[in-house]
Amino acid sequence: MEFKNLKLSKKTTFIVWVLIIAFVIAAPTILPVFRLNLLGRYLSLAIVALGVDLIWGFTGLLSLGQGIFFALGGYCAAMYLQITSSSEFPNNIPEFFGLYGVDNLPFFWEPFRSPIFSLFAIWVIPALVAGMLGFLVFRNRIKGVYFSILTQASLLVFFNFFNGQQKLINGTNGLKTDVTQLFGQMVGSESMQRMFFWVTAFLVIAAWFFAKWVVKGRFGNILIGIRDDEPRVRFTGYNPVIFKTIIFSIAGGLAGISGALYTVQSGIVSPQFMTVPFSIEMVIWVAVGGRGTLLGAILGAVFINYAKSLVSEALPASWMFIQGGLFILVVTALPEGVLGWIQGDGPRNLLQRFGLKRKIETYPSLEINTRDGNNE
Amino acid sequence: MAIGSVLLVAALGLAIVFGLMGVINLAHGELMMLGAYTTYVTQLIFKVPLLKPYYNAYVIVSIFLAFIVSGVVGILLEKTVIRKLYGSPLETLLATWGVSLILQQFVRSVPLAYGTGLVISLIIGLFLPATFPLKIRESINFKYFKFSSWIFAALTGVLTGNLISSSVSKLSRASARNVDVTAPAWMRGQVEILGTAFPKTRLMIIIITLISVIAITLFLNQSAWGMRIRAVTQNREMSDCLGISTEKVDVLTFGIGSGLAGVAGVAVSLLGSVGPNVGGNYIVGCFMVVVLGGVGNLLGTVFASFGIGIMTDLIGAGRLLSIWPNMPLPLSNTINFFATTSMARVMIFALIVIFLQFKPTGLFPQKGRMVES
Repeated sequence: MEFKNLKLSKKTTFIVWVLIIAFVIAAPTILPVFRLNLLGRYLSLAIVALGVDLIWGFTGLLSLGQGIFFALGGYCAAMYLQITSSSEFPNNIPEFFGLYGVDNLPFFWEPFRSPIFSLFAIWVIPALVAGMLGFLVFRNRIKGVYFSILTQASLLVFFNFFNGQQKLINGTNGLKTDVTQLFGQMVGSESMQRMFFWVTAFLVIAAWFFAKWVVKGRFGNILIGIRDDEPRVRFTGYNPVIFKTIIFSIAGGLAGISGALYTVQSGIVSPQFMTVPFSIEMVIWVAVGGRGTLLGAILGAVFINYAKSLVSEALPASWMFIQGGLFILVVTALPEGVLGWIQGDGPRNLLQRFGLKRKIETYPSLEINTRDGNNE
Repeated sequence: MAIGSVLLVAALGLAIVFGLMGVINLAHGELMMLGAYTTYVTQLIFKVPLLKPYYNAYVIVSIFLAFIVSGVVGILLEKTVIRKLYGSPLETLLATWGVSLILQQFVRSVPLAYGTGLVISLIIGLFLPATFPLKIRESINFKYFKFSSWIFAALTGVLTGNLISSSVSKLSRASARNVDVTAPAWMRGQVEILGTAFPKTRLMIIIITLISVIAITLFLNQSAWGMRIRAVTQNREMSDCLGISTEKVDVLTFGIGSGLAGVAGVAVSLLGSVGPNVGGNYIVGCFMVVVLGGVGNLLGTVFASFGIGIMTDLIGAGRLLSIWPNMPLPLSNTINFFATTSMARVMIFALIVIFLQFKPTGLFPQKGRMVES
């Protein structure tokens, strides 16, 4: 699979960046609070989509369990917020414990009193969990479809676990964050939300550059090598297990950050983040945007979610049909996603079909061969 | 045991589809749901005065109907979507997930009566051309016959849809609520075997399972098509070279796999209420069974599904404690911690993941010397 990069001149790139930054700074004043909040949430989902793109688009590992790491990040953030604003409740512990008659803080809550620990926990804990899970799975050369199924199963394990533990983390109800305090302000308040929007926008850009840096150079080449022909990478003397584990934990960390940002902006974290459909949705954002193109992942996440909220407002029942249709359409007709299609020969082929552009002479046999090679 | 049986039938279908064609069918759960709804619709239709005397037989009828309905939907799925995606399992996974979303929403927002009509027209449209005499089929104008048979099918579908919706009022409105299938009188109550009481419905489920396992084994091992299917499983290219129509084999396999999902759906409907989401509860369990049992191996599937079913029961209901009353305290505490249905699933999945550490290819792996498949 080869993507021809869109060649933009330096000037255009500069203008695009200025426009983006201007929009980010101005967005809170242009958009109504409700829309701003939605946009912020979708931007935070873009970060998890970047992670999915790293492991799926570049390394060829289709994980259906990113929801685990997403929710873990969310829980870390929510636990910190709950515990810092629990001083007015009995026993100095978050309110919900009272409902189940728990008097002492469970031990694993204790470290979340420290803001620095929590700030690290948000991405380190999901990355560690991902690394461990990934190492166990990759070590046995479980791959392809089996990997997907196993990640899905682990997702269910975590979902059932979090769902069942009322006394430890409030089970199904989840942890609310919008009425908690941060820096002496309500997290759900308007000014705080504006802050979070800026933080999210900044982190999306940062994550994008980070991901670009990861896939550049030797490391990125090995990842792509693993995707295209893993035995060959192994026979050349590299150990794919290490690289897969590293990239999987990077994706886990990104998912954690994303989950934390999503949690503070949506006001609650609950086991619903770990349902199977949500994790599969993440994959479809990337698939629609274009896997193997980082920008595609971001755009896919934002636009699909935006479309989802618009369609659900207008015709609640039809979103499932549209989403299902989208899955099938993307997989059968646009396997490289919208951005991949644009960067590839898509538009030219379309124009050719209508006779608008002259057909370029190529070696037919070569073209057919590359097609076959892609099929795997 | 009953859960194990349901898993077995469903996983059997999945194992066939997955093992043979390398297709991950996430819509399998929704095909089960279709089977369950078929049971429900059959039950209501059998309440119509004309069929009332035969009401007690509806379960038996619905098994066959469910097989046909799910099978036909499966074949349609294969012909439209999956055919394009052979050789790329991850893509089929996404596409079938899309299909499953559509099926779920379809059940929610389309009245069941018209759904039935649609399914009937599909059945007729797909099979009517095959019933024409060979002479007509070979003539040049056959595509017109095909076309007209689809028109005929559509008309029949609309007619039956209207007929059902006018005669069974419950089916004429769309609803997302769960529905209940009531077992006929002869299936209620309990039977005593070896001093323990078993509900009759569960026994029935186990019998259905046994019959389908035996039937499918016989089919695969004794019939000509079964042999072709096995041949394609072992080496697709070679079978193709030897003149086996792999395309037909694919359609057939997918149809059978989906049909088995439908039969599993009948069993599900006997266990509890039926809703649009019923399939999702089973699908991951099915995949676990297939992975645990080893791909393309029926014996492994049988062992794995009963293993999982029994373990879930043992852990979930805390039966271990009653079997071994005076176990050490820390152990019994752990067991009590896991003694709910959801925690039992956590435990089972964790055990499976640990098990796969030691035997990554399942209980009964296929032997071979390939570097990668």
